[in-house]
Amino acid sequence: MSHIDYMAPASAEEAATALAAHGARALGGGTDLLVQLRAGRLPPGPIVDLKRIPGAIGIRREGGGFIIGAATPGMAIGENEALAAAWPGVVEATCLIGSTQIQGRASMAGNLCNASPAADSVPAMIAARATCVIVGPSGRRTIPVEAIAVGPGRTCLEAGEFVLEIRLPPRPPRSADAYLRSIPRTEMDIAVVGVGVNLTLDESGTIAEARVAIGAVGPTVVIAKDAAAALVGSKADDAALAKLDAAARAACRPISDKRGTAEFRTSIAGVLARRVATIAYERATSRP
Amino acid sequence: MSRNHVSATVNGDPVEFLSHPGATLLDALRDDLGLTGSKEGCGSGDCGACSVILDGRLVCSCLVLAAEAQGRRIETIEGMADGATLHPLQQKFLEHAALQCGFCTPGLLVAAKALLEVNPDPSESETRYWLAGNLCRCTGYDKVIRAVMDAAADMRQARVPA
Repeated sequence: MSHIDYMAPASAEEAATALAAHGARALGGGTDLLVQLRAGRLPPGPIVDLKRIPGAIGIRREGGGFIIGAATPGMAIGENEALAAAWPGVVEATCLIGSTQIQGRASMAGNLCNASPAADSVPAMIAARATCVIVGPSGRRTIPVEAIAVGPGRTCLEAGEFVLEIRLPPRPPRSADAYLRSIPRTEMDIAVVGVGVNLTLDESGTIAEARVAIGAVGPTVVIAKDAAAALVGSKADDAALAKLDAAARAACRPISDKRGTAEFRTSIAGVLARRVATIAYERATSRP
Repeated sequence: MSRNHVSATVNGDPVEFLSHPGATLLDALRDDLGLTGSKEGCGSGDCGACSVILDGRLVCSCLVLAAEAQGRRIETIEGMADGATLHPLQQKFLEHAALQCGFCTPGLLVAAKALLEVNPDPSESETRYWLAGNLCRCTGYDKVIRAVMDAAADMRQARVPA
């Protein structure tokens, strides 16, 4: 890599100022950014390392929810027992990203802002109704995770803006999430399809609220509202799962590429949606 | 295009170097500090030949900027043996012939050491998943896995920390 300036500001405000420079890029774990710079896919520009900003690395609880610093590596997310207990789907999705070495660096915010349609943590975060705190030259704003990616490799972030935190909401009782992806091997691959489901049950064990998000079946993650509606009012029985399957398939708008044809992705999305909903339901029923 | 003055700790020793703009930690280790045990295989975080431990986390040093190392603690393959005494993992790699060309070996050893630090009694399956980011084009992996399992067993018996 040639001719790039590096800076590591000690505050979020300094980082926003530095990132407003032409071509500046935010550095979290670097597992996408450095690869893209080296491959010449990004024009050279200043690199603004977020990791010296207080709070950029680490997980803390606030108001029953969790705040995850933008540059917190996947390995630290997997090690946090309280987070894994509350949000098993978000944690399992994040920990699927790359190898042990990649887990030592790669972050959820980086996965989000890289804006790959196949990002593993993103469907799980969207199903969880996660939000992110964005810092920029004009201050802070909080937006839902699904608002970040606007197309493959493109985000809504303006010059100088970066994600400082991911926030997961408080967990109601009888509520759980899950994530599964399909890859042709057992490890170290990019999702052909990934599905995140988050469920909340009522006291009788009937699904009161559901959210289904599907990755790698469109330019950005698809929020499958009809698929979620197919689950509400049911106990994830076969009839509801069949409706979920059909609705999940109907929500897909995939391309065909080397990882799979559009038909294959669509079919797998239905199968995965059933499996993920079943896992999330079992988890939720074991949480009084 | 300023150069960054970087102070860090490598294998317990304080080091200083000037990082070139865009240089990776791997470049600094090999070219500035003369520690050529860490290898560049792919340069994109896929092969693990450049694995080092950065502040206690296993990482690909090709995906870390040299300038990021300011104030950090780095462990490389050069710090693994104790003088002339090989680390048990190194000894077992030799006994099991867990290497052929040797290019991936430093990365595999550093990654295996990181595994045994957090899990002194890994299953074969856990070991295979942990080492999935270390590619070896010669051995077919079985000998590597056997060497790691054997070293772990010996270290548990001798109560040696990784």
